[in-house]
Amino acid sequence: MPDTAQANVPFAIATYDPDRLRAALRKMYLIRKFEEGAEDSYTRGLIHGTMHLSIGQEASAVASCMALTDDDKITSTHRGHGHCVAKGADVARMFAEFFGKEEGYCRGRGGSMHIADVEKGNLGANGIVGGGLPIAVGAALSAKRLGTGAVTVCFFGDGANNEGAFHEALNMAAIWKLPVVFVCENNKYGMSTSTERSTAVANIADRAAAYAMPGVTVDGNDFSEVAEAVETAVARARRGEGPSLIENVTYRWRGHSKSDRNRYRTKDEIAGWVKKDPIARMGAMLVTHGIMAEEDIAAMETDVDDEIAEAIEFARSGTDPDPAEVTRDVHTDRAA
Amino acid sequence: MNAAAGVRTREMSYAEAIRDAMDIALTEDERVVLMGEDIGVYGGAFQVTGDLVERHGPDRVIDTPISELGGAGVAVGAAMTGLRPILEFQFSDFATLAMEQIVNQAAKVRYMLGGAVSVPVVMRFPAGSGTGAAAQHSQSLEAWLGHVPGLKVVQPTTPEDAKGMLLAALDDPDPVMIFEHKLLYKLKGQVPEGRYTTPLDKAVVRRAGDAVTVVASGIMVHKALEAAGQLAEDGIEAEVIDLRSVRPIDRETILESVRKTGRLLCVYEAVKTLGIGAEISAMVAESDAFDFLDAPIVRLGGAECPIPYNPDLEKAAVPQIADILDAARALATGRR
Ligand SMILES: Cc1ncc(C[n+]2csc(CCOP(=O)(O)OP(=O)(O)O)c2C)c(N)n1
Ligand SMILES: [Mg+2]
Repeated sequence: MPDTAQANVPFAIATYDPDRLRAALRKMYLIRKFEEGAEDSYTRGLIHGTMHLSIGQEASAVASCMALTDDDKITSTHRGHGHCVAKGADVARMFAEFFGKEEGYCRGRGGSMHIADVEKGNLGANGIVGGGLPIAVGAALSAKRLGTGAVTVCFFGDGANNEGAFHEALNMAAIWKLPVVFVCENNKYGMSTSTERSTAVANIADRAAAYAMPGVTVDGNDFSEVAEAVETAVARARRGEGPSLIENVTYRWRGHSKSDRNRYRTKDEIAGWVKKDPIARMGAMLVTHGIMAEEDIAAMETDVDDEIAEAIEFARSGTDPDPAEVTRDVHTDRAA
Repeated sequence: MNAAAGVRTREMSYAEAIRDAMDIALTEDERVVLMGEDIGVYGGAFQVTGDLVERHGPDRVIDTPISELGGAGVAVGAAMTGLRPILEFQFSDFATLAMEQIVNQAAKVRYMLGGAVSVPVVMRFPAGSGTGAAAQHSQSLEAWLGHVPGLKVVQPTTPEDAKGMLLAALDDPDPVMIFEHKLLYKLKGQVPEGRYTTPLDKAVVRRAGDAVTVVASGIMVHKALEAAGQLAEDGIEAEVIDLRSVRPIDRETILESVRKTGRLLCVYEAVKTLGIGAEISAMVAESDAFDFLDAPIVRLGGAECPIPYNPDLEKAAVPQIADILDAARALATGRR
């Protein structure tokens, strides 16, 4: 990889060609506008259930997938729309899932908290905090045994690092030197509980030491910093040297879920983080380095708006599942 | 003591009644502590603990990290050594992460130690479907825990019972598991003021009748009462029994009713097979009440599948009023 420090050029600019950088920015917009569309549909009573929005965390999702191909896997979380889009999902089918339609990624059975896109290597969001961590290790075990060369990126939140599953998963990944990269999206809170109140170490990356793997903490709202850390860890995993732990420090702008009154944090704190908008920072970086002009970005936004509007239309006019099929897919149909 | 005995009552929601019970316990008994995820300033995921942290302080209303297994174990250890913990699970589904401490420790310690200790712990589980939260946030697992000797398992269905059974659970020297259906939290009812207890081992006849016995548990009690009201318009008087306790099951109240009606319908939200209905049916079949049966016993339970996200599928997965109505009418009129 190029030596970026000397040239004073961000890693991402030095590493990725302009098309990929533009595509990355577009994905970040797609995530944000997907979630704004979902929020709006929910507020208007078009969809039910609950949802966890990742607005403000888009750099972490997209940059963490830059090193991956469709053959590589991810495991995601309850706050997983961003990961899903970053790994290449179609927002129309994501909306269809929200609307509970057969065209949705889970045929309307899973909803927001369970969206998966297995073809693109997304093994799924998860309703259980920490649920994806050992599963990621299992995917990495498969890759190693089957010799596929695939790497698994395991997304999880700061809150998940206090589940036993986190500790058990990291240990197994380390003793078996498995190709997995643990990406902690530290947005400062697990629901209302700050990391200061929930976690004994100052940085979640400090926990890597207990499992003899590299651990780094990066600015999770800086696309380039995240991409560099994950590229390094993925390269290490592909060389067969085992797992790494990366902590992307970021922030969710919205409440934990639809029912959050934000009593555990201040308006000032939220406003401070809104100023560190990862999408604005990515756009500014691309403009500074002559990859896009402001007008290009404005046009991109309009284009994404159109895609979202079409996706919502597609979802609304989708097919309702037949209640007679409620027990379908509990088991594999072996006759088929 | 109850509302009928001339005690002062106040209208409260089910959630407020639970909070009232915890407030009384925290005020009267220094040994009582509340533990759980986001039960402090957030007020609990369903706003059950509400403002208790402001009144009793964070040393007694303790936010735990997201560590269900550890949290349950800490509650068990504290209960063995002088505290009276009330542990709130954010959703009953997460009992699955804590099964080790609930099943292997809490339930068995007293027995294994030849009676040398007691484990006076209370655990509260928001349960059930109907919120669009899908497969990992909608389960009804009361029969799982009801299978374990050493535990007491209850499902209060009214605000009055929710308060009285929680206070009874705190008085009980052994572990008590309380399943609270999420859709009941906003249900209003008259609740006696001050301290009173409601037995943990008694079912109650909520509506008397002679045509058919409907034994319902949890939220199904309310659906069964609706159905019974509609049946009465056709001159069919159903007797509706609120099971209240899953372990132990109040055998006598059920048998007495069946001897009178000669017809039995069991209704519960949990998956139908290997559940509460099987147990109640067997109790009747093994007793003299069997001779009074004029028709085969009927069970209505959840479909053989996880709870789906799509609202129509979700309804199809659990018994609805119309299902109860049809089944009870068919039983009572002998048309099957
Ligand atoms: C095992 C389990 N415990 C609790 C919950 C409820 N819950 C859902 S998300 C969440 C907070 C998770 O925090 P974190 O891991 O930091 O992710 P974030 O929500 O901040 O993205 C909690 C407590 C759950 N879904 N699963
Ligand atoms: Mg978090």
